[in-house]
Amino acid sequence: MPYQDPKKRIKNFDEVSLGYDKDLAIKEAKRCLQCKKPSCVKGCPVGIDIPSFIKEISNDNYKGALEKLKEKNLLPAICGRVCPQEDQCEKLCIVGKKNEPIAIGRLERFVADNQKMTSKLKPGLEGEKVAVVGSGPAGLACASELLQRGYRVTIFEALHKPGGVLMYGIPEFRLPKDVVEQEINQLVDMGVELQTNMVIGQTITLLELLEKGYKAVFIGSGAGLPFFLNIPGENLNGVYSANEFLTRANLMKAYLYPKWETPLRVGKKVVVVGAGNVAMDSARTAMRLGAKEVSIVYRRSEAEMPARKEEIFHAKEEGIEMNLLTNPISIEGDAEGWVNKIRCINMELGDPDESGRRRPKPVKGSEFTIEVDTVIMAIGQGANPVIPRSTKNLNLNDKGNIEVDSETGQTSIEGVFAGGDVVTGAATVIQAMGAGKQCAESIDKYIKNN
Amino acid sequence: MNTIISKDILSPSIKRYVIKNSKIAAKAEAGQFIILRVHEKGERIPLTIADYDREKGTVAIVFQEVGNTTQKLGEMEVGDKILDFVGPLGVPTTLPQGDNIVCIGGGMGIAPIYPEVKSLYNKGVKVTGVLGARTKDILFFSNEMDKICDKLYIVTDDGSQGRKGFVTDVLRDIIKNDNKIDGVIAVGPLPMMKAVCDITKVHNIPTIVSLNSLMVDGTGMCGGCRVTIGDEVKFACIDGPSFDGLKVDFDEQMRRLKMYKEEEEKVLGCKCGGEC
Repeated sequence: MPYQDPKKRIKNFDEVSLGYDKDLAIKEAKRCLQCKKPSCVKGCPVGIDIPSFIKEISNDNYKGALEKLKEKNLLPAICGRVCPQEDQCEKLCIVGKKNEPIAIGRLERFVADNQKMTSKLKPGLEGEKVAVVGSGPAGLACASELLQRGYRVTIFEALHKPGGVLMYGIPEFRLPKDVVEQEINQLVDMGVELQTNMVIGQTITLLELLEKGYKAVFIGSGAGLPFFLNIPGENLNGVYSANEFLTRANLMKAYLYPKWETPLRVGKKVVVVGAGNVAMDSARTAMRLGAKEVSIVYRRSEAEMPARKEEIFHAKEEGIEMNLLTNPISIEGDAEGWVNKIRCINMELGDPDESGRRRPKPVKGSEFTIEVDTVIMAIGQGANPVIPRSTKNLNLNDKGNIEVDSETGQTSIEGVFAGGDVVTGAATVIQAMGAGKQCAESIDKYIKNN
Repeated sequence: MNTIISKDILSPSIKRYVIKNSKIAAKAEAGQFIILRVHEKGERIPLTIADYDREKGTVAIVFQEVGNTTQKLGEMEVGDKILDFVGPLGVPTTLPQGDNIVCIGGGMGIAPIYPEVKSLYNKGVKVTGVLGARTKDILFFSNEMDKICDKLYIVTDDGSQGRKGFVTDVLRDIIKNDNKIDGVIAVGPLPMMKAVCDITKVHNIPTIVSLNSLMVDGTGMCGGCRVTIGDEVKFACIDGPSFDGLKVDFDEQMRRLKMYKEEEEKVLGCKCGGEC
């Protein structure tokens, strides 16, 4: 797939991957073997009929391809860009055993970008009311599925823009915000009611929603509570959570400051702690915001980095350094309280831990310091606590995530379902969408039986 | 929703708006805050709820025009709508127990202290109020507070109204002359709250302060509002904004509030950092 030149793209926020043109898309689609029993579908959390949509592309029928995609996924432009296809559909592709697997994600994106969706669905104005809390991937998937099943859906969003992590977390250069807005607007056109600036648990409680006549509630409030390492110096000026850094940059468009009024201070030397997609997004954003040196500090080796291979590759292309087998032990600052050093220790890998990955251990006496003026903590997020603490009888696990029945997604409160990061802890966009969709099916059953 | 119902100019730079939002009015409690945004490209800024009326479905805010957003907010008129108005956020203040409570409001801190005094007054608690400001022109709410305080002291840095000096001078006298103070609520600039806590700590008087930290979302997501309370790091947006003043690391907060000073100055074109 064509990409923007790294030297150019580190100076702009335009999309990095340029997408297939028709010739490339058809050429790629024709490589598909059209397996009778396609493995790729098993790797898709929402069960898209992958061979069929690809076949339509090779037949030059993009409208048909979109129809096929839409049967299972109303957000193809988003999924085609941010799903970890290499670990899902593409991982199981038979072609991939000997050659490059079919680029399913890129084809999905191609269809979504080149064929405007038409809202064929009838708005479910007659059905029962269901409330969806959170407008991120889980909430959007749940809402679109409920809509297709004829329910009247209201989505409550705490921020001023819908989309959740798609809007505040994933940068413009990886997922343009107008793509997200367009797909959400389609849901609204189809009849979803959207209420922004509504913090469920503060403005209205969950139980009040049930009292107001919503027959069921889906909680997809995500993993909106940033973790810190709890090391000295984390509250120094210039130390951000990735959530803050990315929210300022993406949702509030700090890269257009002062035209857009939210500032974001980025130094010349930036260290990002962590090696997931969020860490790569933070590092690449810092580079675009004018940093001269950006490095990732990660306590394990490259093999264990949780980010998508493609993101790591792009980050390296853009000049992001990788300080692997390195763990921060403290952060130091100047007399005015601004961060100026991060003290680290080298690590080595020992026996596997409960995650199955080799446990990193500090190498004695290997401490060293890196000079920095910005540190971004991208070491994961926990479940946002606003709903749990304002809802009696909502059971949580020991990590603070909402406990649900593994089959139905129902919480300890009848009629209240939950899915996505608030249940699993931080995961991928498509996993959250899969959970949202599954809960919609359970909600449908629940309402029909009650 | 979010329409400005009334606009009072409390001083040339301090304004009080009453805003229609029945959902927030229905839930608001003393000590909570809202986040607002005035236009599409604007910042999200937190402001403490200065009053609320559940029946009328309104919420009051008081703000000083110190930054970009508050300046634009100040230009709005009755009938205008605030683009985004979210809340109530944060946890309500746990008011101190006892019959003898001192409530200190310094500068803009007078606004958030008002609903707390009102709550105490409605519970029948006798409140000694202390209002402080740099000068009389920026002192507000003294009449309103006089009605709900058992005693009210006014102090200005330049002596233009009430006693000349600082709120801490009055507090020291109250402690010296009163038999026993059960608790103190102090809201105002960080140096003032710190100075108050330095005194109450010595006398072991429970003290509640409210922190106006930097924040983006106000729901626990960004972590920008972190504050050290004793040995723990808390988020002002979901754990506060009211905290046990005797445990707050004020120096850290003062530093953190300067995070975007340079950027703000560039936009405002002055070097005062919002003090002028």
